[in-house]
Amino acid sequence: MSSNAALSAGPSPAPRYVEDVIRVAVILTMFWGIAAFSVGVIIAAQLVWPQLSFDSEFLTFGRLRPLHTSAAVFAFGGTALIGTAFHVVQRTCRARLFGGAPLGWFVLLGYQFFIVIAATGYLLGITQSKEYAEPEWYADLWLTIVWVAYLIAYLGTVLKREEPHIYVANWFYLAFIITIAMLHIVNNLAMPVSIVGTKSYGAWSGVQDAMIQWWYGHNAVGFFLTAAFLGMMYYYIPKAANRPVYSYRLSIVHFWSLVFMYIWAGPHHLHYTSLPDWAQTLGMVFSVMLWMPSWGGMINGLMTLSGAWDKLRTDPGLRFSVTAVGFYGMSTFEGPVMSIKAVNSLSHYTDWTIGHVHSGALGWVAFIVFGTMYYLVPKMWNRPAMWSTRLIGWHYWIATIGIVLYITAMWVSGIMQGLMWRAYDELGFLQYSFVETVAAMQPFYAIRLLGGVFFLSGGLIMAYNMWRTIRGEPETVSARPRPVLAA
Amino acid sequence: MNLETVNAILTSVWTVWAVLIFAGIFFWAWRPANRMRFEKDARIPLNDED
Repeated sequence: MSSNAALSAGPSPAPRYVEDVIRVAVILTMFWGIAAFSVGVIIAAQLVWPQLSFDSEFLTFGRLRPLHTSAAVFAFGGTALIGTAFHVVQRTCRARLFGGAPLGWFVLLGYQFFIVIAATGYLLGITQSKEYAEPEWYADLWLTIVWVAYLIAYLGTVLKREEPHIYVANWFYLAFIITIAMLHIVNNLAMPVSIVGTKSYGAWSGVQDAMIQWWYGHNAVGFFLTAAFLGMMYYYIPKAANRPVYSYRLSIVHFWSLVFMYIWAGPHHLHYTSLPDWAQTLGMVFSVMLWMPSWGGMINGLMTLSGAWDKLRTDPGLRFSVTAVGFYGMSTFEGPVMSIKAVNSLSHYTDWTIGHVHSGALGWVAFIVFGTMYYLVPKMWNRPAMWSTRLIGWHYWIATIGIVLYITAMWVSGIMQGLMWRAYDELGFLQYSFVETVAAMQPFYAIRLLGGVFFLSGGLIMAYNMWRTIRGEPETVSARPRPVLAA
Repeated sequence: MNLETVNAILTSVWTVWAVLIFAGIFFWAWRPANRMRFEKDARIPLNDED
């Protein structure tokens, strides 16, 4: 910041840190968040009222669903990660971003271009049909270039750091960048039919293809949606609480145990398939073992607040981050349970999986991003605080109620669906036809839609609050703390 | 001993290597002599003035 620049001697008047890139990343994160939540609400409504696809091929669930998942994971989550990674690495290394603003802009805007060509492709029906790896070869190649630039910017900053030790948040971010590069390249190896066409054929086939896809898919969860956001947790919770992390030694063990174990957990997506049984069991065992590092990390995040729990009452932004860690603990308990083959035989292919994913994506990922943004926006625009603390509180409760509606509806719907599929009558015939299970789920789809509307409303409140904060108007009545009654 | 044999031996002991490396990291993290440095390292984000 400016005070820092004044301290640094020398003729160069350049600011100490690259920050414009981070500011734009913050705004884009909010934009993609609203987009992802909106498309989610639309497809949730389509599941209640199928006629909402209006018989248009561009609006079918099959095309909008990857638009929603990619917007949530890659656009909203990914943009937040690029922005915060650049913020955390510069601050904890006390070094300006390697490559400076030009490389930072290339990574951020190059990534946005990837999102736009991937997302417009989905609507036109261009897809590799690999879950979370839908973009076709040309988008994949472009992302590889951007991602290598991201790695160079990040690693270059770490290498030229002034701080002797590499703070643990950087380990998580770096593991995320390196692992995603590896997963992305291997899973997307493909031969285009023509260099002017969109269609390609993947290098892998059969069960190997399935295993590589879920090695990719589960580690996208493990390193994109978990490790990277843990990097966020290890920097922004200590900053917002103004206390060091509860146990730095535990954070080291947390990091290495996650890295050693996560990479093996993918086969739990392929239980009871043609994947060899030993591989399925291996995936299950590693998934159950992951419980330990996950809860170690959760305890580390939560206990950072020990002795400062009162801040949760006064700082609703921090409340978002801490609740996120709670959801992290909950979904990393549920995940290992669902990876056990006996449980998976009931839960797999049902809405229970969708509920589990959303307790992670809404409760952990989105909440830790919200908490981080409420900390970062006033810092990046030099404001004393967010425009309205009360609106953060409103956002918190609306979003929390939305998540609870969503995941409870999916638990009931999913377990019911699984039980109906496996119900036999006394003569050994299936008791329910498929369409009967669909009809039974409709009320829960309506509840899920309501949860999604709540979550989107919270996001709109946040966007408004952010806009007012950035515009920097003087505080209004709603922004002031409520008067103490016993004055 | 050809390369395939070497590869087979290394692959079969891979889990042993991984466990040993992890045990080493664990020992390093919890070694009492390292306590002070990790407490100092934990303060890195807070040493920033803003």
